[in-house]
Amino acid sequence: MPVIYTDHAAAMPLDPKVFEAMVPYFKEFYGNPSSIHEDGENARQALEEARGRVARLIAAQPEELIFTSCGTESNNLALKGIALAHQSKGKEIIISGVEHFSIMHCANALEKAGFHITRLPVDPYGLVDPGAVERAITPQTILVSVMHSNPEVGTIEPIAEIGKITRAKGVLFHTDAVDSVGNIPVDVNELNVDLLSLASSTFYGPKGAGALYIRKGVKIQPLLDGGIQERGLRAGTENVPAIVGMGVAADLAREEIPRRMSYLKSLSVRLTEELPKRIPYIRFLGHPTQRLPGNVSVAVEYIEGEAMLLFMDMEGVRLSSGSACISRSLKVSHVMLAMGIDAATAQGSLLFSFGMQNKPEDVDHILQVLPPIVERLRNMSPVYRKAMAKKA
Amino acid sequence: MYSQMVLDHFKNPRNVGVIENADGVGEVGNPVCGDMMTFYIKVKDNVIEDVKFQTFGCGAAIAVSSMVSEMALGKTLEEASQISNKRVAEALEGLPKQKMHCSNLGADALHKAIEDYKKKKEGEAYKPAPKKCYCPFCDVENPEESEICTGCGKGLHDEHGHEHVH
Repeated sequence: MPVIYTDHAAAMPLDPKVFEAMVPYFKEFYGNPSSIHEDGENARQALEEARGRVARLIAAQPEELIFTSCGTESNNLALKGIALAHQSKGKEIIISGVEHFSIMHCANALEKAGFHITRLPVDPYGLVDPGAVERAITPQTILVSVMHSNPEVGTIEPIAEIGKITRAKGVLFHTDAVDSVGNIPVDVNELNVDLLSLASSTFYGPKGAGALYIRKGVKIQPLLDGGIQERGLRAGTENVPAIVGMGVAADLAREEIPRRMSYLKSLSVRLTEELPKRIPYIRFLGHPTQRLPGNVSVAVEYIEGEAMLLFMDMEGVRLSSGSACISRSLKVSHVMLAMGIDAATAQGSLLFSFGMQNKPEDVDHILQVLPPIVERLRNMSPVYRKAMAKKA
Repeated sequence: MYSQMVLDHFKNPRNVGVIENADGVGEVGNPVCGDMMTFYIKVKDNVIEDVKFQTFGCGAAIAVSSMVSEMALGKTLEEASQISNKRVAEALEGLPKQKMHCSNLGADALHKAIEDYKKKKEGEAYKPAPKKCYCPFCDVENPEESEICTGCGKGLHDEHGHEHVH
């Protein structure tokens, strides 16, 4: 049975060109970039080349990028590093209610350490209101952090507008752009951001490499103490093969973003148009137009997501859901709850996230296998039975 | 994640459906908690001669309902009342830890259906029990509106562990 992988929000395949570029750094070029001999120099050059490539992807200067191990580390460094470096100015931080756990839980930790966290609500599409950011800023506010795009519902936030406000108010602005960079255009200057998180694994690069963009002149406190790698902001021997891979993935992305966007959008649009013709009582989540091109987030009413996922898996289709039954802590997606979607509906959410190796036929296959699965589960659902009895 | 037995019952659930004019009906959980099960029984000479269920829930919840229905069929009411969540989980060759609460629901739904039958027999009207959720961490029953588990003190409505590679 062919496998149809539509869970690119969770993990992406490595581009073969990226893999090839990485291989020598596992084998012959194993030197430590901090060593002064030739092997070290080779590794250091590879590192700096990758830094230039990743910087170009987001229109930053190479020296404004700090390599990290993943998006989570970048987000931790941004929030905690800024909080610690700027706490003498104030202890207030503003985030949105739909952030990734690596922002949300960082904010919780900072709150316990005495910082004041404002969590902004979102509208039913998951959008943060820039006006609300403006109203929430006080003289004690040191940082605003709003994600660039949300992988669960696909919504792209009005970052440039928020950036204008934070710039005018003289408050630092961070965006978690992990799900955007490499997939849609991201330009740190157009966005008016001071810090930006990205991760290689979300644009066909390897896991284990990320970066934090820190605008020149912004003070930040490192979280890892040790050697003076990454200008002293991130100690620890660099993961050279992964960073080299991230650099190549960034170059490929820069070239391919327009093509990626139009292709992935064609798959998403088709699925979005065809699903309602085949399955009644579904609703699409997230913003209808301001969204990630490969993301289709849909709630199937009256049934639960994990059961759908298991049956889809048996049909070779891999995808995700915001259902509590899938999460390790058994809680419904906080993103969906923040958007005002009730818990029962969020239980039946499905997330298709397409990637470049998906084919138009994959959409046909999904359209063929999903309706009978939904019908089967609805036929055994007491919630569906009650809802239908009410409608009758 | 799931045993072969769980997957078998999930793929081919036994006794799915509704019994019109059932002798006893038991309903537990609700979609907000994550799972909801309704059990219907037909009783003749103190023996469960037919059982059907409907379930809103994950793979484990569906498999549990199916297994409970199979275990209850043909049993006396006393025997069926002895079916415990532990025995259901064992019969399914184990459940992942975070899914154990599903097995509580299955046994509860059956027991409520038996209770309902007994009450009807005694001429009392069936009163549905107050809505409850099981704590996913320690299995203690809590009223649906509780914020914090009365058993382990953990939050019942805070953020989940949905994972994306970051």
